[in-house]
Amino acid sequence: MKATPTNTSDMRMVLIFSVVVLLMPIWLQPFGAAYPDLMQKFAIFGLFAIGFNILFGQTGYLSFGHAAFIGVGSYATVWVFKGLTMNIFPAILFGTLVSGAFALAIGYVCLRRTGIYFSILTLALAQMSYNLAYSVLTPITNGETGLQLSLDDARVLDDPIKEGGGIPPTNLFGLELQAFDGLAGFYICAAFLILGFYIAMRITRSPFGSMLRGIKTNNNRMMYTGLNTRPYALAAFVISGMYAGLAGSLMAAVDPLAGAERMQWTASGEVVLMTILGGVGTLVGPVLGATVIKYFENIFSAIDKSVLADLYSFLPDGLADVFVTVTGLFVGKGWHLTLGLMFMLVVIFLPGGIMEGVERIRRRFSKQEESN
Amino acid sequence: MDAILLQVLNGLDKGGAYALIALGLTLIFGTLGVVNFAHGALFMLGAFCAVTIREVLTLSVKVKDESVTFFEAFKEVPYLELWLGETGKTIIDWSVPISILFAIPFMLMVGLVMERGLIRHFYRRPHADQILVTFGLAIVIQEIVKAYYGANPIPQPSPELLSGTANVGAFFGLGDNLVYPLWRLVYLGFALVIIAIVFAFLQFTTFGMVVRAGMADRETVQLLGINITKRFSIVFGLAAVVAGLAGLMYTPVLPPDYHMGMDFLVLSFVVVVVGGMGSLPGAVLAGFLLGILQSFASMNEVKQIIPGLDQIIIYLVAMIVLLVRPRGLMGRKGVMED
Repeated sequence: MKATPTNTSDMRMVLIFSVVVLLMPIWLQPFGAAYPDLMQKFAIFGLFAIGFNILFGQTGYLSFGHAAFIGVGSYATVWVFKGLTMNIFPAILFGTLVSGAFALAIGYVCLRRTGIYFSILTLALAQMSYNLAYSVLTPITNGETGLQLSLDDARVLDDPIKEGGGIPPTNLFGLELQAFDGLAGFYICAAFLILGFYIAMRITRSPFGSMLRGIKTNNNRMMYTGLNTRPYALAAFVISGMYAGLAGSLMAAVDPLAGAERMQWTASGEVVLMTILGGVGTLVGPVLGATVIKYFENIFSAIDKSVLADLYSFLPDGLADVFVTVTGLFVGKGWHLTLGLMFMLVVIFLPGGIMEGVERIRRRFSKQEESN
Repeated sequence: MDAILLQVLNGLDKGGAYALIALGLTLIFGTLGVVNFAHGALFMLGAFCAVTIREVLTLSVKVKDESVTFFEAFKEVPYLELWLGETGKTIIDWSVPISILFAIPFMLMVGLVMERGLIRHFYRRPHADQILVTFGLAIVIQEIVKAYYGANPIPQPSPELLSGTANVGAFFGLGDNLVYPLWRLVYLGFALVIIAIVFAFLQFTTFGMVVRAGMADRETVQLLGINITKRFSIVFGLAAVVAGLAGLMYTPVLPPDYHMGMDFLVLSFVVVVVGGMGSLPGAVLAGFLLGILQSFASMNEVKQIIPGLDQIIIYLVAMIVLLVRPRGLMGRKGVMED
């Protein structure tokens, strides 16, 4: 058992976390990942995974439909951009609240069941939202094209058209997200990530958090003590739905469009993988998992046949061709194959994720010290 | 009247596919206690068995086109046609039914390998882990198929003899307006036969009896000195075959693509939940029921009143069933009721 976390050690953790996140543009440079687009993704998906972990890691409910909240958040945000203003503050607030309300409705239904039933219900509801977004809700979602900004949007508070023509850029009280080569956008996302991390930590340490862990460990026993656990689980569901909505809103803020493909079951599966890969139930794990996956997605899907051919050029021709074909399956468009394999390997060999791996190594070393 | 009957027929063939997948899912869950998220991938693999066999059968060679006389022209002729003439043509025409012969051993092998190689290690792990690992497997299978066959649907023709329409109305004496694609009727019949075979197998053979006993009380059966694990892995193989055949025969109705499995899987899970987890008759009943409901919801008359109902009707029914009767239509009391 680790020492009970104290306030000071927690504050130290938040501090270290903030410093690491804020310095990303510097320490990611050697990895070739220090450009804003990717770092924004790290922050956004980190938020998504943190929120998912509150439900899955702490409360023990495996949801397979969390991408739906991403979609709802995105759509709501883009609608504010279209109707009200390009300032992201009201847009993100609205997006988060709407997906919170959506999560309340979905959670109310799904949480009547636990275990597999819950997973299947959430999967079904998310698929339903996805189908609806593609078909009947086209007036709201703009179907396959996706919801985009256009010049004839109302934008009651702003000028609908920026000076010199064109659609005005998204901004936070005047600070454009594209400013400083997009670094402004990254730092806004990073601020939300740190805030989200802090809130998640406060939730974990609070009595409410231990209630959630109680539900995960033994729901029946909690019920026998005369406590109705459902409101707590529902609260966790709504909170994690709002995290997802916030992530969706930020996606729309850095790139103002929303499409139904964000709601697909693969996206829901991806966040599950991020959380597991990093370490279920840990605080830092989900962010770590999200960063690792998005990093490799970026690297792997950029590689194509010619890059591979270069890589294997030292081999004899025939052998090089074989290698290119085989590895070609896993990169570029085949990135999902790597993702699926990673998924299986992690679940099979390292159910505790990276954090467990780190812990194991640490324990081995400390044991060696003791035996010395 | 005709319109209503037509919708019932429409629902029955889709319902047949749901029922077959749900049957396999329930079998696996009832015997091994595993929630198999890769079952849709098995359905899809079955469909691609048909694609593969057709590709093999139509392997072609370029020969000189004799009908063109004024310049040298070539045409592609399948080897089979070259060697066997008319018989070869017939074989190619019947490629979908013929591929069943290949699909049965193939799917059985896939099922056994999956169970022995992967799922076996997950019996003692929590349900969440089982879901996750099979989910990962589904992605892997899907992506491999995509890498080889591409992302576009590959249409499969049904045999010419069965590709017309049947005048169902005249057959039952209900008026002449009820015309229906013949292949879909074949599919319905096929689904019913497979369902009957599975039930007969479980009900009337010694093997089936042991399996049923194992579903009821695994430990006691083991104490009697029966190797129930081995039998359960064979059941897994059987479920894989059922899913594969369901997908294979469905190819002329719906051109197979790599993600068809997942689309069907989500619905089949809903079917299983509605029917009652662990109840085989429930799975079949709910499969047909939801199929019919869905086709009614996609009628134009209904769409005018409630647009989009066809997209959500199944989920709505599932929600209502779960809220009102959590164990499902035919679920036993106390089985997975929480």
